[in-house]
Amino acid sequence: MSKPPENAALTNRYLEKLAAKAHFIQGDEAAALGAIFAGCDFFGGYPITPASEVAEVMARELPATGGYYVQLEDELASISAVVGAAWAGARAMTATSGPGFSLMQENIGYACMTETPCVVVDVQRSGPSTGQATLAAQGDVMQARWGTHGDHEIIALAPASGQECFDLMIRCFDLAEEYRTPVIFLMDGEIGHLRERVVLPHPDEIERFPRRKAVAGQDVFGGEMVPPMLEFGDGGFVHVTGSTHKANGMRDVQTQAVHDRLVRRLVAKIESARERIAMVEVDAEDNATVAVLAYGATARPARGAVLGARRAGRRVSFVRPITIWPFPIRAVRDACRGLRRLLVPEMNLGQLAREVERHVDCEVVPISRIGGVIHSSRELYAEIEKAVS
Amino acid sequence: MNLIELNDPEYFQELYAATMPESARPVPSYGIEDPLRGLVPGEVEVREGAPKQRLLRYLRREILPTTFCVGCGGGTVLNTFTHAIDEMKIDPREMVCVTGIGCSSWIPSPYFLCDTLHTTHGRAIAFALGVKVMKPEMKVIIIAGDGDLAGIGGNHLIHAARRNIDLSVFLVNNFIYGMTGGQVSPTTPFGVRTTTTPYRNVEHPFKIADVVAAAGGSYVARWTTYHPFQLMESMQAAIRKQGFSFIEIMSQCPVSYGKTTGMREGIDILKYLRDASVNVDDAKGMSEEELEGKIVIGKLAERRRTEFCDGLRRLNQERRQALAAEFGVGAESGR
Amino acid sequence: MIVIDEEFCKGCKICSEFCPVGVLAVSSTINRKGYYPPVVEHAEDCHGCRLCELLCPEFAIFIVNEWVDEQAS
Repeated sequence: MSKPPENAALTNRYLEKLAAKAHFIQGDEAAALGAIFAGCDFFGGYPITPASEVAEVMARELPATGGYYVQLEDELASISAVVGAAWAGARAMTATSGPGFSLMQENIGYACMTETPCVVVDVQRSGPSTGQATLAAQGDVMQARWGTHGDHEIIALAPASGQECFDLMIRCFDLAEEYRTPVIFLMDGEIGHLRERVVLPHPDEIERFPRRKAVAGQDVFGGEMVPPMLEFGDGGFVHVTGSTHKANGMRDVQTQAVHDRLVRRLVAKIESARERIAMVEVDAEDNATVAVLAYGATARPARGAVLGARRAGRRVSFVRPITIWPFPIRAVRDACRGLRRLLVPEMNLGQLAREVERHVDCEVVPISRIGGVIHSSRELYAEIEKAVS
Repeated sequence: MNLIELNDPEYFQELYAATMPESARPVPSYGIEDPLRGLVPGEVEVREGAPKQRLLRYLRREILPTTFCVGCGGGTVLNTFTHAIDEMKIDPREMVCVTGIGCSSWIPSPYFLCDTLHTTHGRAIAFALGVKVMKPEMKVIIIAGDGDLAGIGGNHLIHAARRNIDLSVFLVNNFIYGMTGGQVSPTTPFGVRTTTTPYRNVEHPFKIADVVAAAGGSYVARWTTYHPFQLMESMQAAIRKQGFSFIEIMSQCPVSYGKTTGMREGIDILKYLRDASVNVDDAKGMSEEELEGKIVIGKLAERRRTEFCDGLRRLNQERRQALAAEFGVGAESGR
Repeated sequence: MIVIDEEFCKGCKICSEFCPVGVLAVSSTINRKGYYPPVVEHAEDCHGCRLCELLCPEFAIFIVNEWVDEQAS
């Protein structure tokens, strides 16, 4: 979607102004600013604790950059409008929490099937159901992977600080465009509402992954691993459908080979890029026998516990997956080579621990805390001590 | 599942080549100048031995004939719609048709040759909102059924009317969930037998056009497939109107609605629609009892209010102009 | 002139039933899909109202009339 040159210059000046000084803001606000700097032009959302602040900041900032904020009547409409806007050329996103995320699953699946780039922020809260609305959790990890029906792959990133909320949002939009897929931003209520220092880069330093457009003769839904896209109004008469379709978009639900080819390609599209997408922070200690693997909010006390254990002379490694899905198998396996025990503290009953267990050879010890309380460094330090002995 | 296979792009090329011969693939249509170019008025195009209507140029001809049942009102709606677009000389490149799930959602998608967005059940209007906000210059038209728009999608329908977003919604009401075999719908008349009301329907139906008029629609009308000329003109008025336009089109479903009501032919239901229709002007002088079981047809409401996308654009313009003044940058045409 | 596309016709009989002047009748010649398309019985009575053209669910019957088409284009 092209804007005339004057518009871009004005937007740039505005972003420069925003970047002029450091901010002391909540993770929600940092994520929203990340979206603004990533060139988001459409936000369709619905209020829900603890994600409402994302909507509020987008409503405040989007008119300044020429984008549109629309508050829809429910989460179902939100994700629908986001997908519609993406096909009309927008970099589109929405933000929600567990209950809303559950409602959005059908159309997240639609976005997977139609290969629509979009970003869904899920600021996880304690569930299931209404749960503890105002308290954090990490209980949507498996839902982000398998929430929608059918065979599909998804990309999900988890930030562990306000700064990462900003930086990784830009990455989310780029990944969505590069792989033509919805991307889930797995925040949590702790990081979302925690105020931290966030430094914004100069807008010129940000490179946006451009959307690749199809030309006459090219297919929009096949022919390549990640096919080029079209926008409504390009004259391509594109037919977008959630039904199984051929490479040119036309529905064909009767031929087994067509479905096989389509769905295998959709899965392979992201599977084959697993290691390219993977982002893992590893702080390895030679000859460590114990490591702590944590992501999101839990990474903070986990890192504190590791540093404390090292001060006490223990050899402990620290692994922080930033990409949750597709799970960064190689990086995690490499980091956990030769370990005896891997501690996985999570604010859920062991969702990512299950995935980690599939891929590492050592013993995996899930450390679950639910009820809206985050682990403390002291508690995790005690667990490390127990694991080392 | 063999991960190596999944990671091997060659595998897909082979599979692709084997099952998609070039000749079976219609070339995507880019930049069509005029759907009727080359066809002289009065000339009939003959394809595969049979004479074809010139309006077929507006359709994706490679997938015709339609999959509509014998006597389906959906075909009449497509026909009337195509005539309406042709008469107004709208370029299909400026149109987007958004539909949901169900037989009525198949009317423009995939048959009509324009950008088509075939979405999930009930959500067509919500998808269309996203499309329209980003492409306000395009004509965004939604055609879907009663179960889709008035049932699962009811919320989106009334909110779109409330917002007065410039969409044209044609709700094709065949009083039933047709595609799934004939279950009761929010517009099935009281007392009727369907597959999920095997004894009788104990619910009252929506007068959905009235609901939309009350919710704030800018142009609200109700017609039937028995009145194709009035319907065509109404469609043209709806598309021209800047604001939320809505037409409830009573239509015949001889297979799913016909099988339990006994009206098994398109002709039977059309006769019922003809006999039950009362013009809105005549209806004003009739009592509740007289209107029982009648279909009130005509233009039900028309009003003028700020359109949603206009409001959004004006907001952006004001904000951008304030910023331009603050930074001393030249004024610009706001998006 | 009434043109009938016998191959698209599904024999729903809506056109012949609702023609205001009874121009059409159901033919006894079956088409390839097994339907009986309409046939023009009283061509001289047709005044080109196009009701059949608009009602047809399959685009299988239409009026070709030089004067009307010039008006449309």
